[in-house]
Amino acid sequence: MQPRRIRWHIVVFLAPAVLVYTAVMIFPLFNTLRLALYSRIDQERIFVGLENFRTLFFDPFWAEQFWNALGNNFWFFIVHMLVQNPIGVALAAILSHPRLRFAALYRSAIFIPTILSFVIVGFAWKLILSPIWGIAPSMLDMVGLKSLFAPWLGKEEYALTTLAMVSVWQFVGIPMMLIYAALLTIPEEILEAGEIDGITGFAAFWKIKLPLILPSIGIISILTFVGNFNAFDLIYTTQGALAGPDFSTDILGTFMYRTFFGFQLQLGDPHMGSAIASAMFAIILVGVCIYLFGIQTRMRRYQM
Amino acid sequence: MNKARSNPLNAAAMHAALILYTLIALFPVFVILINSFKTRKAIFREPLALPNADSFSLIGYETVLKQGDFFLYFQNSFIVTVASLFFILLFGAMAAFALSEYRFKGNTLMGLYLALGIMIPIRIGTVAILEMMVATGLVNTLWALILVYTAQGLPLAVFILSEFMRGVSDDLKNAGRIDGLSEYAIFFKLALPLVRPAMATVAVFNMIPIWNDLWFPLILAPAEEVKTLTLGSQVFIGQFVTNWNAVLSALSMAIIPVLILYVIFSRQLIRGITSGAVK
Repeated sequence: MQPRRIRWHIVVFLAPAVLVYTAVMIFPLFNTLRLALYSRIDQERIFVGLENFRTLFFDPFWAEQFWNALGNNFWFFIVHMLVQNPIGVALAAILSHPRLRFAALYRSAIFIPTILSFVIVGFAWKLILSPIWGIAPSMLDMVGLKSLFAPWLGKEEYALTTLAMVSVWQFVGIPMMLIYAALLTIPEEILEAGEIDGITGFAAFWKIKLPLILPSIGIISILTFVGNFNAFDLIYTTQGALAGPDFSTDILGTFMYRTFFGFQLQLGDPHMGSAIASAMFAIILVGVCIYLFGIQTRMRRYQM
Repeated sequence: MNKARSNPLNAAAMHAALILYTLIALFPVFVILINSFKTRKAIFREPLALPNADSFSLIGYETVLKQGDFFLYFQNSFIVTVASLFFILLFGAMAAFALSEYRFKGNTLMGLYLALGIMIPIRIGTVAILEMMVATGLVNTLWALILVYTAQGLPLAVFILSEFMRGVSDDLKNAGRIDGLSEYAIFFKLALPLVRPAMATVAVFNMIPIWNDLWFPLILAPAEEVKTLTLGSQVFIGQFVTNWNAVLSALSMAIIPVLILYVIFSRQLIRGITSGAVK
């Protein structure tokens, strides 16, 4: 092959993907970061440097909303890490049991919520938790816990956690499937070697399987992180763009939407919207970097 | 043998846990579906009862079909999903073939560049995407959505497909070259058919998020004639909050096509995930 001739077929093969990806994803991403440095004053776009970020972090009106949304977003993420991923791992551990019957059936059924849209999930739970319909209180009544019922989605102190739990309900299928896949790759000989040493049941899970599936748990954590920090749909569906009651369910996605598009009397501001998007980008980037350099490289991978 | 493997008590406990969680997972869907077939009175009097001759009613579905243009929404969602999948698979496979088949300057760099998008959500660029779509006149067209979903799906598609393209035998391709096939013919006639299982996996992975997305339809294509089913049901249900029959029926109509697709593709999906395609 002559090295200097341009091999046009390579260009033809690469061009469509690279063009679409660059034009619709990479370019707008950087353009959004750039737009965050401008502001619109009297119909004109003016370069203002980091002014928008100063407003976002320090101006009392903006800062209060921003830190509230960020804090809520972290709580949303923590609930997922503490509830969704352990339940997913537990279900996967049970499902991967070699002699379990109907495993495929359970697996498919538990995955169903994951394929539904946020709109369906949000409204369905809104109806079920609604005090008007009364399904949730009457079910609690059956187990004698009726006194625990409150209109959770309408109470400031419960709404965010309730929505996080709804989201957990929806997405448990993903960690379950990924961990299940990882558990299937563990060779039988390792488990049998453990059995000879008297390590069985729960001990086998904690001492043999869990260390082997740690890389998958790392992947799930970063997927959860990225997913949670650009979440929007569920909150918007159930609580609207205002993320009520009193912004208690506001996360970065809804905050950005409101700022960018405007709501009620406030006009939309693409530049502040870009500033919030840039902050989200920075947070996700930090998360991904911590994972790639801090966790993934240090995690011991075992040859199996 | 493992104690847990032979102990019937353990097996019972495992089934109990799985059944309990399956009930939690399916209960809301079940409640919505059964109540969509009931009269308003029955919905409130006995929400957990199955519809019987007395309480059966299709009033909700009648309202939905009269008021909302669900067939149009469905058609829009269908066009967007199928077209996006087509472009993701075609462009993704072409790029994957180039990256895995040829050695050229910047190959690794190009691979890394395309992989960037796996971790960074495209939503971050929304402000500039909207500006671009307004400037090019694509706003409120299905093309805006198709372009965005194609860009969003490509990074993972290229990543997964190049793994599989590497597995296509070199002897086969070289035999094709000796027979005088062009590089394009080698791609379309030899490589593409061999990676079909991987393409199916990529398609199933991308299908659900595209079909279910609310963000981009809401921002790029909110006009009535280009609404997708997800956005259409969101707006419709928002308007009919007090008409429980209509809301429950609209939800059921949004659930049923997805459930049917899931029943058809669940094997493919689960095999795709468990075969480690997303590692």
